[in-house]
Order: sequence, then C-alpha cells, then structure tokens
Amino acid sequence: MDYLASVRMALPEDILSLGALVLMLVAAWGGQRSTRAVSWCSVAVLLGAGIALFATPQGAAFDGLLLVDAFATFAKVLIYVAAAIAIVMAPNFFQRTSGDDLRPEYPVLILLSAVGMGIMVSAGDLLSLYVGLELQSLAAYVLASFMRRDTRSAEAGLKYFVLGALASGLLLYGISLVYGFSGTTLFSAIASSYGSGHSLGLMFGLVFVFAGLAFKMSAVPFHMWTPDVYEGAPTPVTAFFASAPKVAALGLAVRVAVDAMGPAVDQWRQVVIFAALASIILGAVAAIGQRNIKRLLAYSSINNIGFALIGLAAGTQEGVASVLMYLTIYLAMTLGSFLVVLQMRDADGQPVETIDSLSGMSTTRPGLAWALATFMFSLAGIPPLFGFYAKFAVFHAAVAAGLFPLAVFGIAASVIGAYYYLRIVKTMFFDEAAPAFPKNEGVVEGGLIAITALFVSPLGYLLIPLIGGWSMVAAKALF
Amino acid sequence: MIGLTHYIVVAAILFVMGVLGIFLNRKNIIVILMAIELILLAVNLNLVAFSAALHDLVGQVFAMFVLTVAAGEAAIGLAILVIYFRGRGTIAVDDVNRMKG
Repeated sequence: MDYLASVRMALPEDILSLGALVLMLVAAWGGQRSTRAVSWCSVAVLLGAGIALFATPQGAAFDGLLLVDAFATFAKVLIYVAAAIAIVMAPNFFQRTSGDDLRPEYPVLILLSAVGMGIMVSAGDLLSLYVGLELQSLAAYVLASFMRRDTRSAEAGLKYFVLGALASGLLLYGISLVYGFSGTTLFSAIASSYGSGHSLGLMFGLVFVFAGLAFKMSAVPFHMWTPDVYEGAPTPVTAFFASAPKVAALGLAVRVAVDAMGPAVDQWRQVVIFAALASIILGAVAAIGQRNIKRLLAYSSINNIGFALIGLAAGTQEGVASVLMYLTIYLAMTLGSFLVVLQMRDADGQPVETIDSLSGMSTTRPGLAWALATFMFSLAGIPPLFGFYAKFAVFHAAVAAGLFPLAVFGIAASVIGAYYYLRIVKTMFFDEAAPAFPKNEGVVEGGLIAITALFVSPLGYLLIPLIGGWSMVAAKALF
Repeated sequence: MIGLTHYIVVAAILFVMGVLGIFLNRKNIIVILMAIELILLAVNLNLVAFSAALHDLVGQVFAMFVLTVAAGEAAIGLAILVIYFRGRGTIAVDDVNRMKG
C-alpha cells in the first residue's frame, strides 16, 4: 500500500493534528483574547474529524501500525464528543475562577490529547500503542496543572505526572518483554506467538502491559492517583479525564486483549476479573465517606470501570459490544454530572465542591436537582433509567460466557454503590436548604445538561437498536 | 561471553531500582524524575538487547521512540515541578499532601 493511501486512511488524525498546530499558532499570536474563538474553532475541528471518520476507507494503514475499522470509529466518535464537551464547558469556568486562567492553550491541548486517544484505539502495533498513549498522557499532565496559581491544581499535575510516568514505564517494560519473546511488535503476529505455547516471558509481558493499561483507566489496584487528581484538577479537566481517556484506555485494553493476546484469553481473563471486582468493591466502599463531590465522582468512575471490565472479562464478541454500550452510557452520565458540578458556585462565582452545599437544591434549583438526581439514579443502575441497561448488557455478556460467580458478585456489589448515589439524592431533596447557587449558566451548558439527562432517561431506550446494532458491528471488527 | 540473559538481568535490576526509587524515596521530587529515567533506560536496554539477539531492527527503532518521548516527558515533568515550587516553595515529597490520599 502506498504512503498517500495510508495518510488518507488516517484523515481524522491528520485533521486534528493540523488543526491543533494551526490553532496553537493562532493562540500564540492572539493571546488570551483569542480563547473563545480558538475554543469554538477546536470544536469545529473535532466536528470535521468526526465527519472524516465516516469518509475514510477502512483497513490497515502504515503497514498495520494503524487499524481503521468499525471498532476504532465507534470509540473515536465517543472520544471526539467527550473532548468537544470538555472544550465547550471550560471558558466560563476559567473566566469565573480567575480570569488569568482563561487561556487558548486549553482547547489545543485537548485536541492533541484527542489525536493521541484516536491513535490508541486504532493501534495495531505496540509502537503506535505507546506513541498514542504518551501523546494523550503528556497533554493530560499539563491539563491537570492548568490553573498555575492554584496549589491544588499543581499538586494534581505533579501526582498525575509521577504516577503516570511510572505506569508508562511498567507498560513499556511489558512491551519490551512481549517484543523480545515474540520477536515482533505487530498485534496480529504477537497473537500467533501467544497461540503457539506460553513462555514465561510472554506471560510477564502480558501482566506488565495490563498493569500499565489498568493505571490509565484507573482500575484497582492502580487507582490511587484518581481521587487526588480529580479533586485538584480544574472541573472541566476532571470531566475530560473521567470521560474520553477512559474510553481510549478501555478501547486500547480491549484491542490488546482480543487482537494481540486473544489466544491467551484464560491468562488475561484472571487479571481482568480481579481488576473488575476489586474496582467495583473499592469504588463503592471508598466513596461512602467522601465529602467532596469531585472525589466522590472519582470513586464512581473507578466503580464504573469495574463494571465495564466485566464485559471485557467475558472475552466474547457480545462482551466487547457490551463494553462499548457501557462506555456510551457512562459518558453521558459522567459528563452530565460534571456539568452540574460546574454550576455549583458561591455568590462570587468561586467553585464549591462539598456535597453538603447541595442540600435542599430541589427547592432552590429544581431543574438542576432533578437532572443530578437522574444522573445519580442512572449511575446506581436503577431500572427505568438508561444506566440500568448498561449494567444489564455487561452482566448478560458475562452470564452468556459462563462467568456466573463474576456476575453475581458484580450485582451484589452494585447495591453497595447505590448507597452513596442515593445519599446525594437524599441531600438534595430532603435536607435543609443551603444557600442557592447563582443562576447564570450559559445556554450551552444548560442545553448540554438537558440533552445528557434526556439521554440517560428512559427515553434513551429508544436508541438501543441504533447503539446496540452499531456496537455489535464494531465488536465484530475485532473477531 | 556476555549473552542475552546478562542484558535482561541487568535491565531487570535497573527496572526494580527505578520502581523502588519512586516508592522508597522520601526526599525530593527530582530524585523521582531520575528514577523514572532509570526505568526508561532499563526498557531501552531490554529493547536493544532483544533487537540484537533477534537480528530485527524494530527494537532499536522502538528505543529511539522511547528516548524521544522520554525527553518530552522530562520537559513536562520539570515544567510542572517549577509551577509547583512557585506555589509551595518546596519540592520535598512529604509536603505533597494538600489533598489527602
């Protein structure tokens, strides 16, 4: 295949990279004044890349380094949507906290991160896996410490950087072992050497690679950075961390598990089952004592990743489809919750993060309270809401694959999780009213809250034929 | 005769030293950055040794990519460290505790 054809197949990545570079120049030239213009241009670039996703031919580009298939397309749609929402919600937040942080670098960094995540979910080789992952991570480290004057933000960036670099090191060490004992970095060729007998080196490689990936998706036992980073990072950045990179890391894990290590399914299944159960239980138990809503949502994201991993543990086509379904719904619930958190501020416009400040919100801000209640019930997986279907899909896949104990433990543990989600609803609806949050959210933010709330409401079930069918097509691309 | 095994053992020792350096170090964050570099060097040693043993160039190309990314990573790490120092006036590991956890 000639080079130009490969470049054309990577059209979404081309658009995003060029767009990010041009907008970086605009940002350098225009300074802080250009922030809002650059933000909207970045959203337009993401939209362009999203359209390009459906206009590019499918296949393997650059001699198998980049796989353009239905799975990658599905994951990239989720990633681009989450990135666009993270860009849209930022300018008002940064302007309110301290006008100094309203900088045009923010949308550019998100774009670069989106390029990295696109490469991650399309990776067909350990080299593109590593480069994509690092591109995403390096942009994320800077984003976490974006509010330079805020010591919490700097500390979040520092912690994220140190532990992220350690995770990259673990992953790389695993990659070097896999390369050494299989003699190749191409996923399809690695799969055949896993198929022809299990050497100790390949097994060590598998464990290290999964450890590195577990860190990136914040699954237990590599979750310890999550609460601190989520609390310290600026709220729009936290919303971004909780959405797009999770999709990318889990998409990458699915691809590595199925494409590269498919024949070793019995080996990695043990690792995935442990990570899934530990994440669900720790995410549920540790969230109970939290006073800060961002920390609580961090544990909630750990908990949710555990449920998504149950779908991966099934290791079947249906399992992969259920992971994609779960991620789609999780994205809506999480972004919606963070959009509500973004509206929590005192009279001066400074962000408020304690759960107590939500008291009695049903009387002071009924619309917001009902929206947050919808997200919380949905995250808890209570039936009429869409979050229930997400959990149903992964458990169905696990049962179909014969993993009954896993499904039973998962369902039992999701009851623990329901406790702290319901506590928030109780605080909003039955506690003495705290001072109301000022009403001045933009039309865009209000609209996004309404859309995400409608998506996770029972109306979302109307979309099941569409999303379910598409996720099956996407999963089929891997098998 | 120094064979592949020797290289792998040295790389494994370096890797473990790097990981321990991150967790046992209680003094300052620059040491952590050095430990991270040590881990990446262990990986590079592995890649190059395997590459030579397998007569396959991919490992050496990979090592080049790792070196390049490590340079970018160190730059970003130091930049974050600088803004952290400006805010707090210290880079001791024990002082990184504004948030519990």
